[in-house]
Amino acid sequence: MNSLASRKPTTADECPGWQAGLDADGTRRIELSGVLDRERVEILWVRANDFVREDHSERWVVNVRGVSELDGAGLALILRLQADVLARGGRFEVEGLSEAHRRLLARFDPKGYAERVAVEPCCQRLPDQVGRATAQIWDDFRTQVTFIGELTAAFAEAVRRPRSVRWSDVWLAAERAGADALPIVALIAGLVGLVLAFQSAMAMRPYGAEIYVANLVTLAMLRELGPLMTAIILAGRSGGAFAAEIGTMTVNDEVAALKTMGLKPVSFLAVPRVLGLVLMVPFLALFANLAGILGGAVMFLTLDYPMSAYFDQVLSSAEPRHLLSGLVKSVAFGLTVAGVGCLRGLQTARGPSAVGASTTRAVVAGILLIVILDAVLGTVFYFIGF
Amino acid sequence: MPVIRVEDLTVGYGDRVILENVSFEVRRGEGFVVLGTSGCGKTTLLRSLIGLEPVQAGRIWIGEDELTGADDARRLRILRRFGVMFQNGALFGSLNLLENVRLPLEEFSTLNREAMDFIARMKLEMVGLKGAEERLPAELSGGMQKRAAIARAMVLDPEILFLDEPSAGLDPVTSAGLDRLILDLAEALGITFVVVTHELASIFAIASRVIMLDREQRGIIATGTPAALRDAPPNDKVRQFFRREAAEVKR
Ligand SMILES: Nc1ncnc2c1ncn2[C@@H]1O[C@H](COP(=O)(O)OP(=O)(O)O)[C@@H](O)[C@H]1O
Ligand SMILES: [Mg+2]
Repeated sequence: MNSLASRKPTTADECPGWQAGLDADGTRRIELSGVLDRERVEILWVRANDFVREDHSERWVVNVRGVSELDGAGLALILRLQADVLARGGRFEVEGLSEAHRRLLARFDPKGYAERVAVEPCCQRLPDQVGRATAQIWDDFRTQVTFIGELTAAFAEAVRRPRSVRWSDVWLAAERAGADALPIVALIAGLVGLVLAFQSAMAMRPYGAEIYVANLVTLAMLRELGPLMTAIILAGRSGGAFAAEIGTMTVNDEVAALKTMGLKPVSFLAVPRVLGLVLMVPFLALFANLAGILGGAVMFLTLDYPMSAYFDQVLSSAEPRHLLSGLVKSVAFGLTVAGVGCLRGLQTARGPSAVGASTTRAVVAGILLIVILDAVLGTVFYFIGF
Repeated sequence: MPVIRVEDLTVGYGDRVILENVSFEVRRGEGFVVLGTSGCGKTTLLRSLIGLEPVQAGRIWIGEDELTGADDARRLRILRRFGVMFQNGALFGSLNLLENVRLPLEEFSTLNREAMDFIARMKLEMVGLKGAEERLPAELSGGMQKRAAIARAMVLDPEILFLDEPSAGLDPVTSAGLDRLILDLAEALGITFVVVTHELASIFAIASRVIMLDREQRGIIATGTPAALRDAPPNDKVRQFFRREAAEVKR
């Protein structure tokens, strides 16, 4: 039967039929008829279900001679009845089944099908759920702490024995995470600088203080937006890529192969990636700063000041400590993004959707941690005057 | 002195137990074959023997060293004695075959680059992959990937080789060649083999003893030489498995 063509309306003699009778000796006799296939069996399913539960005849005979077509779903209906009758100690027979269908039905053990899946009320399971969720969070936290520990140990080892680091992988990660990200980082930071300049010019115009837009853009880019935009782009590009690469290796047993060779996945896979990214991130942040300030300059063209005035303001406000505090932040962000990406990759479960799930988790967790870290560092730097 | 000793081993995933109270020994230099229907836990058993799956109960000794509960140093010492071929090969996708096979040498030997390359090429030729050194795993058939994985598993001349379904997906000629290689290595170098396989021809060629696992019983349902199990099967499942051979031979 062509299932694509089977959308045709059901005619009267195709309509599945169910006729229940009772023999003189108390045997329950069911006559099935019509077409019993996947699309039509549903009409009978609920009815048959209710019937078999309420009827307590000892012996059942189901006659399918009147059935013109019987597919897997039709067999399921018969098995459903059989399972329930047998489960309460009754006897069950099917009449009129073709030899092939009989063999097919005999492949199933009715025992496992008798219980219906009970739908438990949700509130009873609440404590259970809370318990599970707590255990999950605790587990998650523990693996993260363990991972940070392993990563630190691996870095200590790398410093002690620099030759043990796979430098070719470091440069590869640096190239992919750093050099390849440069255009997009510059573009986004430049546009952010431009928009920032326009918005702040609007706020300052009533006071005739538009010249100070340069100071604002400089400070905001150096201290905050340059590192932050860079880190968010890296979380999406590189954090996700690390999780996907390492996740695929986990699923393919490549990580298991490393372990059985006596190599530590953290040293072998995470250290080069983290190192490569952390080496590049201050440079990317520097470019982001520059692009943002140039973006601000574009806005300045629309004002009546000479361009040199803008850059004078920029240079006077760009103190080294602002630059430095931004770069320190960017290194912290880079460590976070790369670490989370590698961790999620190594935690990848089995199955086809696992790599995608790890990648998503890496990006979301990466961005969340960056913003939290930014808030913490911003507050601390403010109070220590850095 | 057995080279692997397993006592009352229970392994599984989470709450789910796959194998329960399994005990057996593997002798030095023998071809030890693990049989069973798919999903019965052969891979799980193998992975626990190489320390990948956490053991729920029981103990595993490799020679005189206990693997269960070993600290990092002891574990590493044990792992150095192993070569492992995973069921799907598990070659490193970003490295070509030569680099894949060379990697363990780079990490664990002090040989110069030329010697490492030479040895890696030899191992590849041994499994019939001469000329494919520069190819990436993704460019090869599944059978070729498995053979490359065997080459990688052998490159450090391990004492015990674990092979998970080495001949699945291979043609009969290549498969017979692999069996002969295993026999030669066992004889010449005294390597012990622990092999999961379904191929009856391989079983009779390489196995000095087999164990058969079963999913329902979650354990070993037969132990012995292949010939003994074929001639006097202890239960129906074993009989059914070896009856296939009669059918194959008749054809
Ligand atoms: N990582 C895993 N997590 C949970 N269950 C698993 C995992 N790997 C295998 N299993 C389950 O363990 C059982 C045995 O699997 P496996 O050892 O791969 O069987 P075999 O190699 O004999 O075909 C199967 O039921 C399988 O579903
Ligand atoms: Mg398997």
